[in-house]
Amino acid sequence: MSQTGIIPEFVRRQSFIELDGRKRAQSLFDEGTWKELVGPFDRMESPWLPLQGVAPQFDDGCIVIKGKIGGMAAVAIALEGAFQGGSIGEVSGAKMTAALDLATKDSKTGKRTAAILLLETGGVRLQEANLGLAAVAEVISSVLALRPHAPVITLIAGTVGCFGGMSLAAGVSSYVVMTREARLGLNGPEVIEQESGIDEFDSSDRTLIWAIHGGEQRVGMGLADALVEDDAGKIKATIRGYVQADLPLEYRSQQVEFYRDRVTALDTSEQINPMSLRQRWSNKTTGGLR
Amino acid sequence: MSEHVGLRGRAWFEALTGIKQPSTGDPGTVLASEAQIGDETALFLCVVPNPSSRFPCVRDGQVGLEEAFTLAHHLRRVIAQDREKPKARKRPVVAIVDVKSQAYGRREETAGIFFAAAASSDAYASARMAGHPVISLVAGQAFSGGFLTHGYQANRILAFDDSGIVIHAMHKEAAARITRRSVAELEELGHEIAPMSYDVGDYAKLGLLYKLLQVDDPQHPTTADIEAVRHDLIDAIQDARRGASDLRNRLQSEAAKQTRKAGIAVRAALEAQWQNS
Repeated sequence: MSQTGIIPEFVRRQSFIELDGRKRAQSLFDEGTWKELVGPFDRMESPWLPLQGVAPQFDDGCIVIKGKIGGMAAVAIALEGAFQGGSIGEVSGAKMTAALDLATKDSKTGKRTAAILLLETGGVRLQEANLGLAAVAEVISSVLALRPHAPVITLIAGTVGCFGGMSLAAGVSSYVVMTREARLGLNGPEVIEQESGIDEFDSSDRTLIWAIHGGEQRVGMGLADALVEDDAGKIKATIRGYVQADLPLEYRSQQVEFYRDRVTALDTSEQINPMSLRQRWSNKTTGGLR
Repeated sequence: MSEHVGLRGRAWFEALTGIKQPSTGDPGTVLASEAQIGDETALFLCVVPNPSSRFPCVRDGQVGLEEAFTLAHHLRRVIAQDREKPKARKRPVVAIVDVKSQAYGRREETAGIFFAAAASSDAYASARMAGHPVISLVAGQAFSGGFLTHGYQANRILAFDDSGIVIHAMHKEAAARITRRSVAELEELGHEIAPMSYDVGDYAKLGLLYKLLQVDDPQHPTTADIEAVRHDLIDAIQDARRGASDLRNRLQSEAAKQTRKAGIAVRAALEAQWQNS
């Protein structure tokens, strides 16, 4: 007798979040088409961590995989949230910018190469401080250089989320894809509580955190493009759709006047209610590009 | 040190543009003006503290929602106006940087400060890629998301050679806490590990700076200082026009070849493997 009838869908599906960064990146590609570049066997690790008594990793927590998605050239760059919180250092940052720049070079010479950024990161790696911050600036620049020639798709699946400087890289991407379990913001709740006090942000208030940074909210308020289930098959299909899509004529981060007006209209006399903001900003008649 | 945030930025904005007040329609935290530099006009931008800002978490000179979109607004206007002009006639942009950090606020997170910051860095980078020389003058502090939003996309970065200049990913107390060290240990470490340092002299070793500028007191520029800095800005503008519109110069300087060896090696390895894949 078949068991499928009594096994619920969420048990049968392949969870994406349960995969590590490398497996996540691999899972996006057409079977048999991908290859990892500058992988762990190349042993390009952080020169700065050992000087501070922190064990480096042979891939520096950044995985670059090149191959085909839906028959089209693509490169996926994944930050491994389990290594140093997915933080950006000199080496991981250089991998990311180099891969983006090579995708730009190919795209400009007729071989459109999409980039998928799998971002699970707290931002700059503080042990490499200024080189991490510089790397973030360079990543942003390289995303913007590729964007007119090929899609740059940020995928935030969770559970680390995308915070710090890398949230700007998400912000300038062509598309942002999130799960409900993903979070996206510049400052994490702990940082805000530390810097501005518990009255400003209670980092133990999980409802508040998800209401503000969660994937459902970010997609709902129009600052991300697609909300996907934690299902490797569905995520693969969503990414494939964006890889194959025509290039948009305008990007969200270019819509300055529209969003400036929205900020001007905010009532700042008290904290902003995330749900009512979502309702206001999701209104299609006054709403954004997407 | 933090009580001085914004004073130097304001002083240099006024010195270089003659303007003290924000433009009509702009929040009190952003100074934006066009002014003569050499034989052309440049757009000058600066974020300053405003104790009465309607966003409480930017009152001490942090960069928040209004600041990011206002910077982007002025940059987009200049890009659009100069779209048809040849590269040599596109107006330079000078970002005067003295920012404590990004805004650490709940209002900001709720309304998507990550996206506002992205829109501003997009506008700065778009200006650079369109051929506008974009120059950052670090006159005080340049921290973290504040610097990413305002100034870090520049073709050329200039900073005063002064102990009050701090360019960093996070202020000392927080960085010490997160990396589990005392502030004293962190300072000590900065002398050995250049990217950790809070000293602008060590920052210069990373190869990201175009030039360190000498003035006696960055908070009180003299006429001679202003003339000298103007000269340095003109020089940087000309150099930017001669160079690439991406950020490759940050990897090509002699200092970068030393300090950023690992990153340069990664780029070379990736390029080699990319060709063969």
